[in-house]
Amino acid sequence: MHALAIHALRLGDDALILGQRLGEWCGHAPALEIDLSLANIALDCVGQATHFLALAGEIEGQGRDADRLAFHRDVMDFTNCLLVEQPNGDFAQTIARQFFFAHYQHLLFERMASVTDARFAAIAAKAVKETAYHAKLASEWVIRLGDGTDESRARMERGLDWMWRFTGEIFVMDEIDSAAIEAGAGVDKAALRPLWDARIGAALAEAALAPPAPHRPVLGGRTGRHSEHLGHLLSDMQFLQRAYPGATW
Amino acid sequence: MSDASKEWPLWEVFVRGKGGLSHRHVGSVHAADAQMALAHARDTYTRRMEGVSLWVLPSAQITASDPGEADALFAPAEDKVYRHPTFYTIPDNIKHI
Repeated sequence: MHALAIHALRLGDDALILGQRLGEWCGHAPALEIDLSLANIALDCVGQATHFLALAGEIEGQGRDADRLAFHRDVMDFTNCLLVEQPNGDFAQTIARQFFFAHYQHLLFERMASVTDARFAAIAAKAVKETAYHAKLASEWVIRLGDGTDESRARMERGLDWMWRFTGEIFVMDEIDSAAIEAGAGVDKAALRPLWDARIGAALAEAALAPPAPHRPVLGGRTGRHSEHLGHLLSDMQFLQRAYPGATW
Repeated sequence: MSDASKEWPLWEVFVRGKGGLSHRHVGSVHAADAQMALAHARDTYTRRMEGVSLWVLPSAQITASDPGEADALFAPAEDKVYRHPTFYTIPDNIKHI
């Protein structure tokens, strides 16, 4: 597969898997208002995924569209980072994942909006407004849960601890990223790290939460080595297309 | 849902549909504080491009008229039709009035 197609696929897979995870809250969130806000974010993510996966299919040129890529690939073909496939856990764990990922996505899309490849720039320019809100909302919740009751604080700490080890992977650069930058379609993710650290640190400080201790990052998602959680997510997400291939409505 | 005192307070939500229009009451949300009430209002009431500006205010801050007094408050206006400016003849060529 062409490096740029893989580049688009990774961006699409990140958004798709996170969207599916957030969608799992639908009807189960702690309050009606939260149900709606998580579903809204999920839909933003699925929208981003649709654009990036369609672009991946277009660059690949094998006739696979966004649906084909979303519903007819198996675990090892998915290129999302491990962070987004982590289970929802309780609300605080979901917020921890959202907090870490949305700030990364926002920084990424801010820069990707001005790359020379107009296809990537256009998707990023639309997505950056969505992720700005996702990041702000996640920070607001981290602050409220962290600086809330003893229980909310303990849950927030557990959630951050669970997700932290998967944050290193999102800034790792490999040959696909280098090729994407060279082609004017990518962003230096490693350079985003200090900015991300500052934003994460500021919200944690306001939440009176200690920053998680450094941890050796867990890697593998970009090359298809996933946690067991992704298979269960896909069996849910892909069920209909697996049982009734090509079904439409 | 069991302990009412642990429930988030209620906020009334007002949306400005577009520049130049006034904010209109659209409903309410539960939230722990004003900032989260704004976020919840955004997520609940502006999902379909309904607005360009939001207000939220604590429902407890609203002083409402007593339905039992409705007759005393509103019935006297019923026979004062002369308060409506409907007795003027509008010339045909006046379009925007």
